[in-house]
Amino acid sequence: MTGAPDLLYSEEEEALRSAVRDLLTDHCDAPGVIARAESDAPHDLAAWKALADGMGLAGLLVPEELGGQGASHREVAVVLEELGRAVAPVPYLTSAVVATEALLACGDEELLGRLASGRTIGALAVGLHVAPGAAFETVRVDDGLLHGELPGIADAVAADVLLVPGDDGGLYAVDAAAVTVTPQVAFDLTRPLATVTLDGAAGRRLGDAEPAVPRALRAGAGLLASEQFGVAEWALTETVRYLKERKQFNRPVGGFQALKHRLAQLWLEVVNLRAAARGAADALASGADADVLVAVAQAYAAPVAVRAAEEALQLHAGIGMTWEHPIHLYLKRAKADSIAFGTAGAHREALGELVGLEAP
Amino acid sequence: MTDAAELRRRTADLLAANPPATTEKLDFLKARFDAGLAWVHYPVGLGGLGAPRSLQAVVDAELEAADAPDNDARRNGIGLGMAAPTILRYGTEEQKQRFLRPLWIGEEVWCQLFSEPGAGSDLAALGTRAVREGDDWIVNGQKVWTSGAHNARWAILIARTDPSVPKHAGITYFVCDMTDPGVDVRPLRQVTGEAEFNEVFLTDVRIPDAHRLGETGDGWRVAQTTLNNERVAIGGMRLPREGGMIGPVAKTWRERPELRTHDLHQRLLKLWVESEVARLTAERLRQQLVAGQPGPEGAGMKLAFARLNQEISGLEVELRGEEGLLYDDWTMRRPELVDFTGRDAGYRYLRAKGNSIEGGTSEVLLNIVAERVLGLPAEPRTDKDVAWKDLAR
Repeated sequence: MTGAPDLLYSEEEEALRSAVRDLLTDHCDAPGVIARAESDAPHDLAAWKALADGMGLAGLLVPEELGGQGASHREVAVVLEELGRAVAPVPYLTSAVVATEALLACGDEELLGRLASGRTIGALAVGLHVAPGAAFETVRVDDGLLHGELPGIADAVAADVLLVPGDDGGLYAVDAAAVTVTPQVAFDLTRPLATVTLDGAAGRRLGDAEPAVPRALRAGAGLLASEQFGVAEWALTETVRYLKERKQFNRPVGGFQALKHRLAQLWLEVVNLRAAARGAADALASGADADVLVAVAQAYAAPVAVRAAEEALQLHAGIGMTWEHPIHLYLKRAKADSIAFGTAGAHREALGELVGLEAP
Repeated sequence: MTDAAELRRRTADLLAANPPATTEKLDFLKARFDAGLAWVHYPVGLGGLGAPRSLQAVVDAELEAADAPDNDARRNGIGLGMAAPTILRYGTEEQKQRFLRPLWIGEEVWCQLFSEPGAGSDLAALGTRAVREGDDWIVNGQKVWTSGAHNARWAILIARTDPSVPKHAGITYFVCDMTDPGVDVRPLRQVTGEAEFNEVFLTDVRIPDAHRLGETGDGWRVAQTTLNNERVAIGGMRLPREGGMIGPVAKTWRERPELRTHDLHQRLLKLWVESEVARLTAERLRQQLVAGQPGPEGAGMKLAFARLNQEISGLEVELRGEEGLLYDDWTMRRPELVDFTGRDAGYRYLRAKGNSIEGGTSEVLLNIVAERVLGLPAEPRTDKDVAWKDLAR
């Protein structure tokens, strides 16, 4: 077993999966998610409370002595698979993964404990599209007060505390009450975006943004692949189920070879995506080969998740085009995820450097 | 109960009684077979000890460390991988005793007489006839895509024994003597210029009934054992990063900066990612097997590697530019062993075309995934209840 990542799920991870799935079945049914998407309360805070407070899942990455579970990215990945499968509108990836990872880099025990409890929601104030290692916007730091405008911040409307990079190289914790959060009209309604405006907001310097932000974004990128796997698997499973049921020309539509081959091809890609996502999660947990395996997972995941959702819509045909059917939630999530934490192309380019396949 | 310690002890005994340095290769292999250390999961008396298959690695490691000769498994892949498990499952005691030992030690090489010009994906439609005459069967017909036929002592053969019943019911499975005067082996030259395979013409070939495997008319079921073992053999490999077809093109890219273009760079990176992901999927499959939870992913691996091999080798020919216009050697040859990544890019590109045909076409494999993994409805069948002789051809 020298060096190969552990790509399986442990019994504990499978138990965690079924607990999360049960909870989401109760809280996040598709009609509810669709109705919530256009409401004034886009986040399902009851589901969040049950996941974070009830099950302690917000603290998976936080050591036990700081109030967390002392688990690893492997367990987080399983949670994200299920959240993807339900397109659950909860700030898990943003607070329990990205913000938490930034705080772990800074070693801020007080905030880590609060985020681990799930009673405080944190958001890293870096645009959702930014890839690990890419440049990110900062705000002006003047006499310890922060000034600036940061658009495209995922789940900021739900956040109690924002982690804001300053132009002095610091990363600052800013109370949500001290800033203006203006919702944007997001393509993916289940992961709301907002512009965060700081007009002389007071911040507490947590540490340096440079190691903290890339580390947080790398974890976000790597674990997003598990969410994308969940999205893709839902799309495939639901489409296969529907095509066994749906009859035209006096036969189940799923019996036509043109469609069978498309679904078999998609299955192949979804199976590949699971291995890539498990590889990234295990590498983030162990630290071995993480840059390469995260980039591989992100270079592979987005096209598969998007195609799965697109195929689901096309193969459901008319019903798939309606607002009533949940496919559009998955299509929008998959498409938005293809930009989040860097596009597949950006990750491929990063890989070129990492594995010595240089551009001309 | 045979455990690892017991196997190590038996291996040490074998090595002590037959020191590899002073023992003839075939004698050593015979002794190894008789000690039950050939394939430990086989029964006692047939080269095994009835031990768990996973313990074979223990024996192999000990023997490798002692520099003992092995049975050169690649030379007799059909025999070891396909004929042997079928003989073990369906053979009579006499057949097992006669065939398995010379097969395993490599004294007798085997080939497979299954595919025919008129029966490829629809193998059960095969038309080679076997007619009973006294204690023998007289076989007439043509087989194709037979690798190793020119070196083989024996063949596993399926032939039609009853044309008046539906196609799956009228097939019988035989062991065919390749030295019979009615067996005519002709090389089949392929697009690469060489001939890995043969056409085999069977004219009044006489097979004793004692060389029938399984019941008369039950050959299709017997053949499933053979074909399932073929897929197991394809699934179990373990590759390092850049271990497959992507390796040579990545090497060329690194060594020859003058060949690089932006377009090729994008395509190379995409294929590199897909290769790495396919490798991870194969590794995950392997881990599932080790953990005793085999998944359905195996059905997809051949599909994935066939497509990747073709796209990558195609890219490599293009990357080589002016040199891509040349070919290393069109000389007609009969290679002993096949190496998909050997020779130049042009050869790799042409040989890879076979990857989506041999061992089940990609189209048939997609049907298998759709029906057996996803549970989608089977293709409508018009041939199931029709006598073979009345089928369209």
